Amino acid sequence: MNPDWKQIAREHLAVLRLPAKREIEIVEELALHLEAAYEDALADGWSESEARTHTVQSYDWRLLECELSRAEQSPSMRALHPLSERKGGVQMELLIQDVRFGARVLLKHPGFTLIAVLTLALGIGANTAIFSVVNTVLLRPLPYKDAGQLVSVWEVQNKVAQSMFAPAEFLDHQSQNHSFTDMAAYRSMYLTLTGQGEPEQLDGMIVSANLFSLLGVSAERGRIFEPEDGRAGASRVAIISHNFWQERFGGDPNAIGKTLTLSDEPVMIIGVMPPGFQDPSLSNERQIWINPRNVVPDWSPNLIVDVRSIRDTAFLRVIARLKPNVNVAQAQTDLDAIAARLQQQYPRPSGHGARVVSLHEQTVGSVRPTLLILLGAVSLVLLIACANVTSLMLTRATERYREMAIRTALGASRWRIVRQLLVESLLLSGLGCVGGFLFAFWSMRLILASGRNEIPRLSEMGLDYRVFIFTLVISVLTGLVFGLAPALAAAKPDLNSALKEGSANTTSARNRLRQTLVVAEVALASVVLIGAGLLVSSFARLLAVKPGFNQEHLLTMRISLANQRYLKSVERKRFVSELNARLEAVPGVESVGIGDDLPIAGTDSSTNLKIQDRPLTSPNDLVSVGLHVISPHYFDALGTRLLKGRVFTEHDAADAPSVFIINETLARRCWPNEDPLGKRIRYNSNDPWGEIVGVVEDVKFDGLHLESTPHLFEPYQQNAWSFLVVTIRSPLEKGTLLAAVRRDVAALDPNLPISNVRMMEEVIAQSLATRRFVLLLFGLFAGLALLVATIGIYGVLSASVSQRTRELGVRIALGATKSNVRRLIVGQGLKLVLSGLVIGLVSALALKRVIGKLLFGVSPTDPTTFFVIAFLMIAVALLACWIPARRATKVDPLSALRSE
Amino acid sequence: MLNKEVKRGSTEMLILALVEDRQRHGYEIAKLIEQRSDGVLQFHVASLYPLLYRMEKRGLIKGMWIEKPGQRRRRFYKLMPEGKRALNEHRQTWSDFFAALDRVAKIKPA
Repeated sequence: MNPDWKQIAREHLAVLRLPAKREIEIVEELALHLEAAYEDALADGWSESEARTHTVQSYDWRLLECELSRAEQSPSMRALHPLSERKGGVQMELLIQDVRFGARVLLKHPGFTLIAVLTLALGIGANTAIFSVVNTVLLRPLPYKDAGQLVSVWEVQNKVAQSMFAPAEFLDHQSQNHSFTDMAAYRSMYLTLTGQGEPEQLDGMIVSANLFSLLGVSAERGRIFEPEDGRAGASRVAIISHNFWQERFGGDPNAIGKTLTLSDEPVMIIGVMPPGFQDPSLSNERQIWINPRNVVPDWSPNLIVDVRSIRDTAFLRVIARLKPNVNVAQAQTDLDAIAARLQQQYPRPSGHGARVVSLHEQTVGSVRPTLLILLGAVSLVLLIACANVTSLMLTRATERYREMAIRTALGASRWRIVRQLLVESLLLSGLGCVGGFLFAFWSMRLILASGRNEIPRLSEMGLDYRVFIFTLVISVLTGLVFGLAPALAAAKPDLNSALKEGSANTTSARNRLRQTLVVAEVALASVVLIGAGLLVSSFARLLAVKPGFNQEHLLTMRISLANQRYLKSVERKRFVSELNARLEAVPGVESVGIGDDLPIAGTDSSTNLKIQDRPLTSPNDLVSVGLHVISPHYFDALGTRLLKGRVFTEHDAADAPSVFIINETLARRCWPNEDPLGKRIRYNSNDPWGEIVGVVEDVKFDGLHLESTPHLFEPYQQNAWSFLVVTIRSPLEKGTLLAAVRRDVAALDPNLPISNVRMMEEVIAQSLATRRFVLLLFGLFAGLALLVATIGIYGVLSASVSQRTRELGVRIALGATKSNVRRLIVGQGLKLVLSGLVIGLVSALALKRVIGKLLFGVSPTDPTTFFVIAFLMIAVALLACWIPARRATKVDPLSALRSE
Repeated sequence: MLNKEVKRGSTEMLILALVEDRQRHGYEIAKLIEQRSDGVLQFHVASLYPLLYRMEKRGLIKGMWIEKPGQRRRRFYKLMPEGKRALNEHRQTWSDFFAALDRVAKIKPA
C-alpha cells in the first residue's frame, strides 16, 4: 500500500499554521512530489519500505519549514511569529552568519580594524568617563533618605549676600516655619585632641541633635544622636567616622563608651558612622560629630552669654527637610513672611531674610556648567571619531564595491547587504565599546586621583547601571551613525558599471561625502580647540594675577587657641607675642606674621564698617569689609607693599589707642578723593573710634579669580582671636623649619597641635586645582580631537591620491611639475580645512555664552585665541596633506596609464 | 554565505530557464536540474517549492493546476513576461561576470 503522502506532508507543515486553503494546496503539491520520488525509487529496484524511508528521510523538512515560513508570510507576520524562536531561529541563524562573516572580514583587515576600534574606544571611553562623573555628581541623588526633600537654608542680607545663620535667627525660623518637618544646624570646627600622645587637630562638626535623623542615616555601630542629646545642658557626646575609628581605635568595638579629651572637654563616643558616610558639607576628611551643649551647635569655651540669644554673629549652616507636598517656592514664601515679622521685631538696616535652595543644587550647582561643558566637549570628540570611522568605512566600501555588486548579482537582497554592513559596523562599535570601557575605567581612576577634592561628590564615583546603559546606547548609536551611510551607499550598486572596470560616478559621490566629513571634523575639532585655547589663556591670566604678596619661601600653618587655657584674651595675647618672638629668633627666619586668615584660602569674618561723621542713610551705604587681626610684621612676612602711612608696631598694644590699616580697595571705595590716613572708623558700635594709620596693597584673600574687596586690619594685641594662621618667610627647607616651629610651640604649650602646614605655593596651587583639572580634561579632549581630525584629513587625501593616480599620471605626462602636483593636492586639502575652520570659528562664536562661564579675564571671542587656533589647525592640516602630496609627485606617468 | 546566495540566485535563473520554452511541474524541474548539471548543481529539493512560491509572488512565474488525460492533476509553472525580463537580466549579468572572470583569471564560460 502506498504511504499517505498527504498526511506526512501535513504533519510536517502543521507548525507553520498556514491558512487552511493554502495548506491544502501546498500539501497536495508536496505529496505529489514525494510520491513521484517514491515511485522513482521503486523503479530503481528499492523495496517498498526502503523507498519510503529513503523518500521521507532524504527530504530536509527543517529547511522546508524555514524556507516556507519565509516565503509564505508577510514580513510583519514573520516578525511576530514565534517560529524562529521555537525552531532555533532562522533570523537568529542568519544573524549569527552575518556576525561570523563580519568578524572574518574585520580580521582580514587588521590595520583598518585596529584604527577604527582605537578611534571608537577613545571616543566612547572618554564619554563614558565624563558621563560617570556627571552621573555621580549631578544625576545620582545625595546619599540620604528621600534626598529630594532636603534643602539648604541661608540667611540673606541686603537681599543678595548668602550668609550663615545667627543662632537666635535660626531658632526663630525653626519655631515659626510651616514648611519643614525638621530643621537642623551645624558648624564645622577644628578640635584639639589631647591626652593620647601628640596633640592632634581633629576635623570636627558640632551639629544639632536632630541632624542625623533629619538626613535619615543611621550608625554602623552604637547610635546616632537622640533628642536628649539636644537639650540645654546635655553632656557632650560624639559620633566618629569609620576611618577615624579604624585609625585611632583599630576598629575596636569597645571604642564606644570611651571618652576623648577635645579642647579640654571630656566627650564620650556613642557611635561610629558607616564607611563613606558624608555629612551635608560632603567633606571626605571629617572625623567627628558632636552634639551641642546648649541646643545650638557651638563650641566657645570663652563665651559667657547664652549662645541661643546671639543675633549679630552668624556661624551656623542650616539644613531642613520639606514637608511632603511643599516645594521650594512655597517654603520660600513662608520664610519671607517670617523675615517680615523679624524685621519689625528686630529692625536692622540690611533687613532680614532667608533663602531656600535644594540641597542637591546647593551641593553641585556650582560645578554643573563645568561638567556639562566637559560632556559637550567630549561628545564632540566622539562625533569626530564617528566621522573618521565613517570615512574609513566609505574607503573600504569603495574597495568592496565589486564584492557587493557580485553578491547582489547572485541574488542577495539590498536589505541583506545593508544588514551585513551594519552588523560589521556594530561589531566595530561593540569592540570600541569594550575598549572604551577599559579606557574609561583607567581614566576614571585618573579623574578620581586628580579631581577628588576639586569636584563635590566625586569620591562616590563608580560604575552603575546608568553608566552601562549610557555606554551601550552611545556605542550602538555610534555604530549606526558611522555604519548607515556607507551601508546604504554600498547596497545599491549599479551592477553593470560596478562589474565593469572603473566606476567614476559612484566613487566621486562617495568622495564628496568623505570630503564633507573632513569639513565637519575640522569644524568640530576647532570648536573644541578654541574652548581649550580659551581655558589655557584664562589660566595663564589667572597665574599672572598679582596676589598682593610674595608666595616664595613662605611657610603657612594653623594653630587653634580655642580651649580652656586661652579663655582669657590676655593669655592669647601673651602666647602670640611669645611665639612671635621665639619664631623670629630661629636662625634663617626672615620674618614672621601671625594673623587669623590665610590669603587665597578665604576670609573667615566680615563686618560692616562705620565711619565717623558719615551717618548711614540707606542700606547701600553699608560697606562690608573683611576683618583681620594681625601681628606687627604680618605684611613684612607676606611681602605686601605698604602704600601709605605705617604698619603696626609693638606699641599698638591693648592699652594704646585703637588703630587700623585698610587696603587700597577700601581706600578707593570710601575716600576716593581724600587721604584716608587719620580718618576715624569702627565696626562695633560699642567700641571707641580708631584711626587709620596705613594703606596696603590689595591682598587676594578669597582667591585669585575674584575682584579685590575692601579689607580692614587691626593689631592682634587689640583684638585677640582664637584661631591663628602663622606665616614664616625663610629660605630654610620646609622640614627643617617645621621642626623648629614645632619645638617652639611645644615649649610654649605641649598640648597645641599644628595643622594645615603648607607652603604658600601649595595654597595657590590648591586654589587653582579645579580649574587645572578642567583645563587638563579639556586639553586632553582637544588633543584627541586634533589627532583624530588630522588622521581624517590624511586619510581622505591619501585615498584621493590613490584614486587619481591616472589623472596625475596624465598631468605629469603633459608637463606638470612636481610643485604643480603638490600644490594641487595640498590645495585640495586646504580647501576642506579652511571650510571646516570657518564653520568651526563661527560655531565657537555662537557658543561664547556657554564657555564664557568658565573663563577668567579672557573674552570668549578673544581674537588672539581664535587666531592661534586657526593657525595651529592650518599648520597641522598642511602636515597631514604633505605626505599624500609627496606621494602624488612620485606617480610614474607610464605605469599610471598602463595600470588602467 | 556567498555559496548560499550563489545558489539562490543561480537556482532562480535555472528555474526561469527551464520553464522558458514550456510549462513544467515541480518534480520535473527538480529532476531536470539534477540531470542536466550532472549532479554538480546540487540544491536542496526542500527549498524548491518555497522558491517557486516566492517567484510566483514576485510575478516571475505562474503556477496552475492542470489535469491531463490519464494523469493526476498537477501544478504546472509557466514563465511570465516579468520572469522573461529577469531571465535576460540574469543572463546578461552572468555573462558579464564570466567575462570579468575570464579577463582576470582566464576562465572561459562553457
